[in-house]
Amino acid sequence: MEQLFPILILCLPLLGFLVLGLLGPKMSHKLAGWTGVINMGITMVLAYTVALTFFLGESTITEPIFNYKWLEFYDKLVISIGFLLDPISALLLIVITTISFFVHLYSIGYMHGEKGFQRYYAFLQLFTFSMLGLVVATNIFQMYIFWELVGASSYLLIGFYYTRPSAVSASKKAFIVTRFADLGFLLGILILSYFTGTFNFTDLNNGNLVATQFGGATFMGCSLLTWALVLVFMGGMGKSAMLPLHIWLPDAMEGPTPVSALIHAATMVVAGVYLVARLFPLYLMEEAALMIITVVGAITALYAAIVACTQVDIKRVLAFSTISQIAFMMVSLGVARPEHHEALGYMASMFHLFTHALFKALLFLGAGALIHAVHSNDYTAMGGLRKYMPITHITFLIGCLAIAGIPPFSGFFSKDEILAACYANSPFWGVWMSVVAGLTAFYMFRLYYRIFWWNEPDYGHHKPHESGWVMTLPLILLAAASCVVGFIPFGEYVHFMPEPYHIHIDPVVAVSSVLIAVIAIALATVMYRKENSLPDKFAKASCGLWKAAYNRFYWDELYMFITHKIIFNGVCRPIAWFDRHIIDGTMDGLAWVAQRLSITIRPLQSGSVQAYVYVYLIGALLLGTITAVCIL
Amino acid sequence: MDYSQFLAMKQEIALLVVFLIVFLYDTFAPKKCLNALSGITTLLFGAVTVYGFTLCGDASVASFAGMYETTPVITCIKNILNVGVLIILIQATKWNNSEAQTVRRGEFYELLLVTLFGMYLMISARHFLLFIIGLESASLPLAAMVAFEKNKYESHEAAIKYMLTAVFSSAILMMGLSFIYLFSGTLYFSGIAAAVATEGVSALLVVALAFVIAGVGFKLSLVPFHLWTADVYQGAPTSVTSYLSVISKGSAAFAFMVILAQCFGTAYSAVWEWMLYGLIILTITVGNLFALRQDNMKRFLAFSSISQAGYIMLGIVGNNAMGAAALMFYILVYIFSNLAAFGVIQAIENNTGKLNMSDYKGLYKSNPHLSFAMMLAMFSLAGIPPFAGFFSKFFIFTGALNGTTSTALYVLVLIALINTIISLYYYLKVVKAMFLSQDEPVIAPFKSDLSERIGMWVTVGGVLALGIVSFFYNNILTLCNQYFA
Repeated sequence: MEQLFPILILCLPLLGFLVLGLLGPKMSHKLAGWTGVINMGITMVLAYTVALTFFLGESTITEPIFNYKWLEFYDKLVISIGFLLDPISALLLIVITTISFFVHLYSIGYMHGEKGFQRYYAFLQLFTFSMLGLVVATNIFQMYIFWELVGASSYLLIGFYYTRPSAVSASKKAFIVTRFADLGFLLGILILSYFTGTFNFTDLNNGNLVATQFGGATFMGCSLLTWALVLVFMGGMGKSAMLPLHIWLPDAMEGPTPVSALIHAATMVVAGVYLVARLFPLYLMEEAALMIITVVGAITALYAAIVACTQVDIKRVLAFSTISQIAFMMVSLGVARPEHHEALGYMASMFHLFTHALFKALLFLGAGALIHAVHSNDYTAMGGLRKYMPITHITFLIGCLAIAGIPPFSGFFSKDEILAACYANSPFWGVWMSVVAGLTAFYMFRLYYRIFWWNEPDYGHHKPHESGWVMTLPLILLAAASCVVGFIPFGEYVHFMPEPYHIHIDPVVAVSSVLIAVIAIALATVMYRKENSLPDKFAKASCGLWKAAYNRFYWDELYMFITHKIIFNGVCRPIAWFDRHIIDGTMDGLAWVAQRLSITIRPLQSGSVQAYVYVYLIGALLLGTITAVCIL
Repeated sequence: MDYSQFLAMKQEIALLVVFLIVFLYDTFAPKKCLNALSGITTLLFGAVTVYGFTLCGDASVASFAGMYETTPVITCIKNILNVGVLIILIQATKWNNSEAQTVRRGEFYELLLVTLFGMYLMISARHFLLFIIGLESASLPLAAMVAFEKNKYESHEAAIKYMLTAVFSSAILMMGLSFIYLFSGTLYFSGIAAAVATEGVSALLVVALAFVIAGVGFKLSLVPFHLWTADVYQGAPTSVTSYLSVISKGSAAFAFMVILAQCFGTAYSAVWEWMLYGLIILTITVGNLFALRQDNMKRFLAFSSISQAGYIMLGIVGNNAMGAAALMFYILVYIFSNLAAFGVIQAIENNTGKLNMSDYKGLYKSNPHLSFAMMLAMFSLAGIPPFAGFFSKFFIFTGALNGTTSTALYVLVLIALINTIISLYYYLKVVKAMFLSQDEPVIAPFKSDLSERIGMWVTVGGVLALGIVSFFYNNILTLCNQYFA
């Protein structure tokens, strides 16, 4: 029981992947889908049992539940596969299995009749397996392995509609950008383990010891520990879509919408936050690394919020909103210090991760229902939908209220803690993040009004309608969760310092942030409740800012310029020449020599046994005499 | 004489019991019951295999005045061989139950068990007399097995070539041994080691050592003692070929390591290490060069197995516990990878009679499962991660270089690595023919029968599991660290 459940939690999704992947083509859609759903349901129940036993029990084990030595190259270089249960991994177990289960269920309706339905479910299971393996990793190398698996399964899911060129290029983009970031992660791992001689989180998080093991080694004016931590953070930037590595996430919306809800809203994109939280005691050793995290997070949060105000595609609005919200969590980690409210930011970041996963999955699944109904991603094809899709309308509204930070919805509580943590660190970050929070409320309600109010476009005779229960049930449950989870005394369970943190609402921060949110919502109401020309006027008056934001501040164009014009011409071409002529030339030469030799020694294998024995004898004699002559 | 000493030979006795049952059943059972023979043998041998695993924890025993020894490491290598033989028995079932084979089915099993008994003795021997008995009883019945398809001309030719070369190699080996006896006055491994340690390096002993290496090199088909291999592998029935290539070779490799380490371990290690350097380079390179141009699958795997033997020898030159563990692990992985390949070849041969690589073109279209198994086998043999073959190669290189400062050893490993690249070419040639060829498949789709499928699943499972699960290698390494002085 102690070990069985954790093993099952990892094995069931893997088994599901194997079964659906190998036998899927022989199954009917219905059987494959429900196999996936039931399998994930069992996994969810097991994960809840394990996590709740951990949270509610008295045990404060920090040792891994099991840690299997997987590859033992030699006594110092050991790679293990294990299961580490601590507050944050238990939290993530709940989040991942819950969202994954809802997405499995929802997809039964959403993906109904799609070609490759079984393949889709196999990939979902693979993804869940990888994500679970990532969060329970006992060592950074295991995390890296599953990190890459997560990347690979996300690649498969984004490119699910592989006949669509845009989906194919989006999946490639996501994979290449995150792989590039992972290069930094790997370098960071190598530097860390080179100095500490261990991959284990338990050992790595002994910050003082690690600092002595680094012994003040520096590189280019920075301590090597800072380098290592920043490189590790680079991996997190890739997965969590921080500026400037965010460009893959909006494109990743080419995947099926439930996939976006699972991967690109609730689970995979928070892997970077989780990584920093996992190594947080180590990050505390290096002020510079935390500063970089804060700055990157804050800029990303503002940038993504501004862009989200201008997008037309509802999934892209949600994508940029996700980037912005994850940046919130990053900033929260970056500003957390033990001396400020017992590292409140750490708790707040995890709390926001939890609430955000629920309400963002809700919003994405709601968006999926809308897209399913009107067959378009653009809100220009929507409007006035509140009459046709009441359940989606109400749940979506709850999601918007939650993300905008209106009490008593969950987002209010977690965002309030983040803002409090920012103010505690420095008023500058506090004000900055409050502005971003205001923008959040504005763009979400802009989206909300454009979809559900505004003016009705011509839907023709095919009126949009509410989807089946498999799709509405997850919406309702997630909406209900978004209403209540804010009241969980989160700090009692997840806290950085040894003692539980008692959450209290800071009145000044709470009142000011709610006020800002209400003003933003009011502004959105004025501008978008009914069809009018205010948005256009506003866009014209913003002297190019609107257009720049609409084009996402030309990041993609910048990347295209750098890669195509500079890197391809300046670096790749010479390398390609070297590869074709020198490397291939050497290999071709080797092949040529091998072929020649092979033909030359052919007569040796004559088929005549007399000759064989003759060679044998000569060989034995030569072996003896040559050695004797050489040695003596 | 204390007859209770025989009880030390638990695995040999178990094997003998199975042999007797099979022999008596084959001789006396009514004709219509004979079809059950393959099943019975496989089951009984499965029991021996399981029994072998229960002996893993037994303490080391030496009996017959130290001529015979069994230690946990020895039990372990015997178990590894047993697993291989079990797979071969399963894979051979269909062939053995075929029309032409029924009259001499029993002999196949009996001869096979006898040769395995000989290999057990070779492995456990601590005296050259016992070793020779083991070697001969492992060689001569094999000649009969090679000649098994007596209506086929190639089978005869192969048997004669095998026989003559075997006899010749024995003569060389005996000559070497008589020199050694002349020098040391004993044939006990420990006695030879003691005698060698007191004397310096003498020309006589160097030549004697070369002859011993040449004699055992025949079984391992080290270049230049390998010339029989291709003809025999091609001519022999496929089951016998796979037996020759993995079991016969694996047992000889282990025994070879024991002889070199125990008789000539200290004073002469530099001498035989130099000899092996040369032989390994020749073996790997020449094996590869010939494999490049083969079309017949069995002949192709013959040269591949020559080159693989060179890699196995790398575990010996390190002359340490890690090298020994790597050698045993290599044999284990090689058993699974090579038997996976032979399983596919045999299934195709049984069903269509085709044996050439050119016939495998487009196989993926007609028989996807077989192609997949073959692909995994080729990947593993070529040493592509994460399949088992990568790790066995990795460990064998690590074992060879463990704690060494010798430049020659680094050069040797470098040459071995370059050869790995060359070998990639011909292993992938098979994969390319199966998967990338646009031609219409030559081989029509067919359904393998149960025994073939079990064999396939076991071998493919082994190739995957040995790559991922570290349990096996770690256990072997622990054993070798304890018992391999």
